[in-house]
Amino acid sequence: MRAVANDEKSEFDALAFFCLLPSLLYVLCMFVYPFLYGVYLSLQPQKVSGFSFANYLTFFSDPYQYGTIWITFSLAIPTTIVVLLLALWLAYGMRRGIFMERTVTTILIMPISLGVILLSEGILGFYGSQGWFNQVLLGLGLIKEPFILTHNYAGVMLALFMQQFPFCFLMLLGYISGIDPSLERSARMLGATPSIVFRRVMLPLIAPGLAIAFALVFVMSFAVFPSAIMLGQPAGTTRTISIAAYQKAFEQYDMSAASAIAVVMGLCQLAALLVIILFRRRLSPAATMGVGKR
Amino acid sequence: MRTRMWKLSLYLFIVGFILNMLGIVSHVVVSSFAKRWFGGLLPPAYTTDWFAYAWKNFDLGQVLGVTLLIVVVVVFLALAIGFPAAYILARRNFRFKSVILLLYFLPLVIPQMTYGIPLATTLYRYGVGGSVVGVILAVLVPMVPLAVFVLMPFFEQISVNLEWSGSMLGASRAQIFRRILFPLMVPGILTAGVLVLVNTISNFELAFLLGGGGSQTLVVALFYNMFAGGVRPVYSIDAMAVIYMVMVMTLLLIALRFVRPTQMVFKLDK
Repeated sequence: MRAVANDEKSEFDALAFFCLLPSLLYVLCMFVYPFLYGVYLSLQPQKVSGFSFANYLTFFSDPYQYGTIWITFSLAIPTTIVVLLLALWLAYGMRRGIFMERTVTTILIMPISLGVILLSEGILGFYGSQGWFNQVLLGLGLIKEPFILTHNYAGVMLALFMQQFPFCFLMLLGYISGIDPSLERSARMLGATPSIVFRRVMLPLIAPGLAIAFALVFVMSFAVFPSAIMLGQPAGTTRTISIAAYQKAFEQYDMSAASAIAVVMGLCQLAALLVIILFRRRLSPAATMGVGKR
Repeated sequence: MRTRMWKLSLYLFIVGFILNMLGIVSHVVVSSFAKRWFGGLLPPAYTTDWFAYAWKNFDLGQVLGVTLLIVVVVVFLALAIGFPAAYILARRNFRFKSVILLLYFLPLVIPQMTYGIPLATTLYRYGVGGSVVGVILAVLVPMVPLAVFVLMPFFEQISVNLEWSGSMLGASRAQIFRRILFPLMVPGILTAGVLVLVNTISNFELAFLLGGGGSQTLVVALFYNMFAGGVRPVYSIDAMAVIYMVMVMTLLLIALRFVRPTQMVFKLDK
């Protein structure tokens, strides 16, 4: 964030105020207020009068509940790493454009716009034990038994990957193709091999973007909900923290405890973001951006 | 040689991903036309009955009506609230501007499930949860900022000189907005509208948390029927999924006339 310089005069007048008012009110009433209300509610358990940490104590003393944090991390971290590495590899390879780029990117954004529900239904059919994926592999004689890729941990990973990969790839592609191509050319001219160019020139420039992409993909994966129900075992190995919060709110109607779980979920995401932000400070600032292809 | 292998592996990966996407989508389509399908590459017999079945049994007329209503209202309100805000944020400099930008950015990066639960709690407390109004209010939370961030660069492209000339020639503020800015902003409004539209139709989490009996959108109804699996034949659920898919794909094709694919995700600029 850039602070407005002191000598620059503030251009905030009545018009600005009235133009900003509706959207600002909306965000404050519908986003900030519910958040604060949720925190407040989580400190007022149903059975106790007055403030108490009872909801949090119950959550952290019940393995069925606090175990969801571990389950969610063990889904989100591997997915994020795989998505990030593959997206980096692909985006780096495509940084100077490829054959039929527009068609390829259009197909890549299909999973984003189709939405997670349809994607999950398709994965259930296509990757199911009777689906085309297993039939083809069995038919080619590559495997003896069908892969079990639905209603388990792998199914949720698969859905998360399909959802997050295009998102991460397109973000990185935009970032990498914005790096001045002459830097790479100079390095090549001075005798660096492609792998050295990547490690010593490009990677430091990409790193800040990579850090943000990591944070965004991780935070989104951490809230995985519908695919964990449809493609996983929502009562067992893929009972993520959002399922725990949902059950408290809409199956046991304990809004106070549900808010507490939502706060814990938010704090976990915040912790991951802080780690990335602190890590990013140590990376070199992005130099010479915005010269290349857009 | 090594670069060539590398390029080849890139193309193989892309082809693999595309095949996987096509497989996922066409499996749903084929299944919706199948009379029955247990194993085998393709179903032995085809029928279109499942569409009629889905239309009748899932009350799709009502569901589509609700979805349409929600989408139209959300697009209109998101543009109406976002347009003036985007103008100010694009044109003016003031203290706390970065704070406001950060505030508008949060609903887009924080997962909907995280703020959806406190939001649902609040809206149910005020009695609008489980209604169409509740769904609209909730879905607007990420859509207003989305509209603002899409409209901002379009305002930045319009020269301030046009506004100055207008006011020098005696136009009032309202006239400048209506006669100068609005016509020039039509492409921006279309882009923002289409992006809000696509995102609202495929929005699941917020519509799910706030939607009740008569206010389920198409995606939410799809989820409930899948989740109740076993009760309904899977082919009829796939038929419903195909109806949803046709809707989204049509919108996506329209959208791509205004929007570049990379605009569908965040820009990773500072």
